[in-house]
Amino acid sequence: MERIEEEMMSENKFLTLAIETSCDETSIAVLSGDREVLSNIISSQIEIHKAYGGVVPEIASRHHLDNINLVLEEALGEAKIKLKDVDLIGVTSGPGLVGALLIGLATAKAIAYASRKPLIGVHHIMGHICANYIAHKELEPPFLAVVVSGGHTNIVDVTGYNTYQVLGRTRDDAAGEAFDKVARVLGLGYPGGPKIDELAKSGNPQAIAFKRVYLEKDSYDFSFSGIKTGVLNYLNTQKLLGEPIQRADVAASFQLAVVEVIVNKAIKAAQEMKRDKIVLAGGVAANSLLRRLFEEACEKADLKLYYPPPILCTDNAAMIGCAAHYRYQAGFVDDMSLDAYPNLKL
Amino acid sequence: MNKQLIQNEYETEKFGIALASKLKPGDVVCLVGDLGTGKTTLTKAIAKGLGVEETVTSPTFTLVQEYLEGRLPLYHFDVYRILDSSEMFEIGFDDYLYGQGVCVIEWADQIMDILPEDKIVIKLDYGKEEGSRIYDYAGN
Repeated sequence: MERIEEEMMSENKFLTLAIETSCDETSIAVLSGDREVLSNIISSQIEIHKAYGGVVPEIASRHHLDNINLVLEEALGEAKIKLKDVDLIGVTSGPGLVGALLIGLATAKAIAYASRKPLIGVHHIMGHICANYIAHKELEPPFLAVVVSGGHTNIVDVTGYNTYQVLGRTRDDAAGEAFDKVARVLGLGYPGGPKIDELAKSGNPQAIAFKRVYLEKDSYDFSFSGIKTGVLNYLNTQKLLGEPIQRADVAASFQLAVVEVIVNKAIKAAQEMKRDKIVLAGGVAANSLLRRLFEEACEKADLKLYYPPPILCTDNAAMIGCAAHYRYQAGFVDDMSLDAYPNLKL
Repeated sequence: MNKQLIQNEYETEKFGIALASKLKPGDVVCLVGDLGTGKTTLTKAIAKGLGVEETVTSPTFTLVQEYLEGRLPLYHFDVYRILDSSEMFEIGFDDYLYGQGVCVIEWADQIMDILPEDKIVIKLDYGKEEGSRIYDYAGN
């Protein structure tokens, strides 16, 4: 009796297949319902990109093409389902590298067309935010989301599963981009975020007072271009003076200057919007100082803090599947004209 | 060749706006200079001069950002990560290059071999004073 019930349950499960290829990860996931991940395969290409100090677009798209069928097979295999069992197909349609996005889109469209199942395009940033629904089953909007990654820095007021308002964004470089660029000048390599995080642990964050850029008094926007120049000026000055450069101190001081601004702006935004939860998302949400300072600040301000485990911070398809599920529930469906939008706005 | 001392960001803005007023469809502006010399800052000024009101952000992540609301379409590239010029054609570079807009290309020295002969090249370098820059300008 119980077994029959279980089987019925599994037959009734609504399965979403999701594809994410916006940058350097080829990822495909299978979700049951909105938040249960049956598989989430990420074929990380970081090893290839390391040699070049960044994501090389042509390599990215070529490797997505090499990887995608294998990743699909693995995702279906691990979820123990067949392509015909899938009820919905979600795919990242932007922002990202156009050549990379197109490979995921072409795959998603082919599957949707052949299986006559609905297709949903997902905004990459919405996916990052949804990673938190997977990690925290009790989490529901409204909340304040802070999305920090290599390509994005956004403070978003999330009022519902499909409704949100961007309160702040970067006016020049993304936070993760600043980490990458400073890592480059310090000779630390790629990806810059984890390298700086690691080196900073042995440095003094108060050693160098890099300028914190807050912009206008009430603005939730960011600017990280100046701090990159600040680090360069500091390094040049030390060199001219013949003074030694303590790379760990530079890394720690730079990291604190960036993180402090993000934390302060986010707390202020949460209070102004009267939200009682802050949700972190994106690759930089894995930064240990960012998490620690957010934990301290949220405790002080009586806010609840959520962030995903590292595997869901990085680009992955499970988060795209979750976002696609909520879009579908709200009645959004795309058709075969769905295209890649490299500069898709939130 | 025409060297110009830029004392501060205000002068960068003046320079960019003046340059923008002379740009015509199909123009290619190459920005060559190290990290932190202000390539994106100069692009922001050019965008302002073209009448773009949207915030111009770094195109490092997506390679190209398009701004279509100004006097001419502006295509803002960052090709730092391009190792082989042929990779540019993957993102439809010739459509941008021979289109009706203006291409501003950061780190253009990486892809000089595929750029048209007729182009504006601005080399950006640090000046002696902190915050100052030297622009070395060549082209029409």
